[in-house]
Amino acid sequence: MTAPLLAVEGLTTEFATKAGILRAVNGVSFEVARGEVMGLVGESGSGKTVTGFSILGLIDPPGRVTGGSVRLDGQELVGLPGGAMRAIRGKRIAMVFQDPAMTLNPVLSIGTQMGLAIRAHANMSEAKARQHMAAVLTRVGIPDAARRLDAFPHQFSGGMRQRVAIAMALLHAPDLIIADEPTTALDVSIQAQILAEVKSLVAETGMAMIWISHDLATVSSLAHRIAVMYAGRIVEQGPAVAVLRQPRHRYTSGLLASLPSRAQPGAELVQIPGAPPSLTALPPGCAFAPRCPRADRACETLPAMTREGQRVHACHHPVEAGEAA
Amino acid sequence: MSATFLELSAVSKRFSPRLSLGERIAAALGGDVETRTVHAVDGVSLTIKAGEALGLVGESGCGKTTLGRIAAGSMAPSEGIVRLDGVPVIGPGPHPRKLTTRIQTVFQDPFASLDPRMRIGDIIAEGPIAHGLVSKDAAAALVGEWLGRVGLDPSFASRYPHMFSGGQRQRVAIARALAMKPDILVCDEPVASLDVSIQAQIVNLFLQLRRELGLTMLFISHDLGVVRHICDRVAIMYLGRIVEIGAAEAIYGDPRHPYTRALLDSVPKLVIEDGTNVVFKPIQGELPSPLSPPRGCHFHPRCPIAMDRCRGEIPALKASGTQSAACHLAPT
Amino acid sequence: MTLPPALVAFWDDFRANRVALGALILGAVIIAGAVLAPVIAPQNTYDIASLNLMDARRPPGFVGSSGYVHYLGTDAQGRDVLSAIMFGLRISIQMGLMAGAIALTLGATLGVAAAYFGGRTEMLIMRIIDLQLSFPAILLALVLSALLGQGKTQLVTALVTAQYAYFARTAHGAASAERNKDYIEAALSTPLGPGSVVFRHLLPNCLPPLIVVATVQIANAISLEATLSFLGVGLPVTEPSLGMLIANGFQYMMSGRYWISIYPGIALIALIISINLVGDQVRDQLNPRLKR
Repeated sequence: MTAPLLAVEGLTTEFATKAGILRAVNGVSFEVARGEVMGLVGESGSGKTVTGFSILGLIDPPGRVTGGSVRLDGQELVGLPGGAMRAIRGKRIAMVFQDPAMTLNPVLSIGTQMGLAIRAHANMSEAKARQHMAAVLTRVGIPDAARRLDAFPHQFSGGMRQRVAIAMALLHAPDLIIADEPTTALDVSIQAQILAEVKSLVAETGMAMIWISHDLATVSSLAHRIAVMYAGRIVEQGPAVAVLRQPRHRYTSGLLASLPSRAQPGAELVQIPGAPPSLTALPPGCAFAPRCPRADRACETLPAMTREGQRVHACHHPVEAGEAA
Repeated sequence: MSATFLELSAVSKRFSPRLSLGERIAAALGGDVETRTVHAVDGVSLTIKAGEALGLVGESGCGKTTLGRIAAGSMAPSEGIVRLDGVPVIGPGPHPRKLTTRIQTVFQDPFASLDPRMRIGDIIAEGPIAHGLVSKDAAAALVGEWLGRVGLDPSFASRYPHMFSGGQRQRVAIARALAMKPDILVCDEPVASLDVSIQAQIVNLFLQLRRELGLTMLFISHDLGVVRHICDRVAIMYLGRIVEIGAAEAIYGDPRHPYTRALLDSVPKLVIEDGTNVVFKPIQGELPSPLSPPRGCHFHPRCPIAMDRCRGEIPALKASGTQSAACHLAPT
Repeated sequence: MTLPPALVAFWDDFRANRVALGALILGAVIIAGAVLAPVIAPQNTYDIASLNLMDARRPPGFVGSSGYVHYLGTDAQGRDVLSAIMFGLRISIQMGLMAGAIALTLGATLGVAAAYFGGRTEMLIMRIIDLQLSFPAILLALVLSALLGQGKTQLVTALVTAQYAYFARTAHGAASAERNKDYIEAALSTPLGPGSVVFRHLLPNCLPPLIVVATVQIANAISLEATLSFLGVGLPVTEPSLGMLIANGFQYMMSGRYWISIYPGIALIALIISINLVGDQVRDQLNPRLKR
């Protein structure tokens, strides 16, 4: 196997709060290869967004990356000084947020903002920059792009704004895009359009992507690999189809079983009891144990990462093939 | 039990922007002020039978929330009338008041729908006490009973909303609505803001309450999967109009309106087969602005099978079997 | 009944800011001194019999004819300055609190009513408020005091008129935001009557910003009152508030008898600063955007 584009190892990010140290990301390790879409799945508070921000060095006090390493093509990003990080952010790694308002400034026209983003990393003549911007906007499916450059964000619909945000991320043809719930705020019909667009983008450009989402179905339609996060840790990862067809961790299997599409209409859904634990008061062992039907004494110790071929899981009692979840 | 219960007759709702003096001056001077009227709901008629759960599905801006508020009697329609057992649910006049307690609502965001300064017990008991359904002395017992029924510990009554998770708050909101002994529950996206593992819990709670109490429900959601699971009948809304309505299995199994079909195709499915080439068949184009909806059939600019007639003539709902679709080309 | 945990957490956060805590202690000391003045002040400044003109205009530390030390000196009538300050504070704080409370009630009612009813009612109320806010409060208070004449009632009327608009503005802003929240919609769809929606739900949720404005406005009322009394249009001579004490000593400033004006001035500044610091901290803590 060739060296991965991005290698995250033991990444730990903590926030100092009044209730104590909150470990939002707790020793997370994964790799992303070129041209690969990595789906990072979890519920709110699972640490999936903070993981994305940590990779980009966007954690502000009271938060801090306290351990681990993030290597892009072998270059360590953790602890990189601000200037060097800015040279990478936007150029080699770009981010797309759930809310395009995070990216787009409401008082500047699209063209002005994209121009600023271009000049942050490249020297380009005005005319050439406009040409490039129009080309990128067209690529993400914005009709009449050259004219739309002078429009302001509020003149676009929600779906179009998200396309513009994706176009901003694409300006410098980055090696990696980190997309945080980019379609969650959109309607299903618009979401389907964006998903189709992103799928063909990845196939054409060969860039890598980390797709952060709570929605298993969306992730399954895009991702080559999936990592499932729970309470700051990755509990299971592997090839997307394998993980979703035969989950090993009981949290993954519980999530899958609870989907309405998996049940007869009107029948009781399989539900995971309880709620995710507070990150300031994690149980010493497996964080999922209090909600797990199979938990026993063994689960009072932290399960180690078990490797099985291309897959990894952290469960003392993994789901066996043929076992009902 | 199949008597018509809640009846919406040709209900419409228009919102005209109320302009301030400044905006009027700006508009007169050629400023960019929105003066057009929004047709949030456009001539919707539907009925809900006792004991039935009707799902109302549509994308954002289609008017489903507005229609829900009108059905619940919290908002007066511009035209048309809503009757419960033949009696209007909302009074006349410029500041109309809701006339019935038999329809209650569960809102989307349980972090916003509970008064942060009131204890859980007071939140649940307030309505029943105000309407004389329970005496102040008996209120605590009522609160305890309902907290138990929605799966919460009765001792939670003395706590404040901020001490609970989203799922628990939504249970409180459901208990508040049910403590009024409603005949109909209007639920506006009640699981949309909850986490995946919590959604299943709340969906199960609705199923259980339907079984135990024979609840009649209007269940508003954008999530086709959840609606399919809970509802007997489904209405699909597009830009203020109902484009298709009928038995859930018919709508999901054999959608007649091209929009319904496209919507069902847009829902991402869980891919668990190796080498499956996921083909998205997204609906082309954007949702048109409700300020200037297309003439004729609202869906025609995005419709793959639109013809000339669709651009000029509004299709009526045509019944066929257990479902009706508003499409000139729908098979009958 | 135990204290709500939110309140305990609030106090813990408050304590964490040393400056605010110091300001709270200073303010408490000042207010305690004012409240307990009749008991702990060395001299009853209202008791003319206890005054001795021989002791007039003596510097700090002077031992008077009655045998006790005038730590802050004496004024032109032989009054102990420290005692005068303590009694003066009583009047100032009393005026500030009364004006603040009445302005709060009036302003909050108008602001919340405007937000709840909306439409023309809101338009009318808020335009009047806007109009009034376009005049400086000091100008309004000055004109009103001059028109109404001297006296406690007149002064409070002037202060309330000058200040209620700030409360109305704040209440309107807060209530407009709360009005659109789902819990109000939930109350209306139960349905509950307008009275219980406004008083049980809307008003209590508008209180945090109003409390903050109230602390600042009480400080403003105190300084406004001092200004008016200093200019001679506020309270009558029989009610020697801090402003009047400062005015009384003003003529002696140039002759080196600074203490007659300076110490009441320091007391006034200390009180206003401590109220403002406490108010700032409370505002920071109540602002959800600054929370955690």
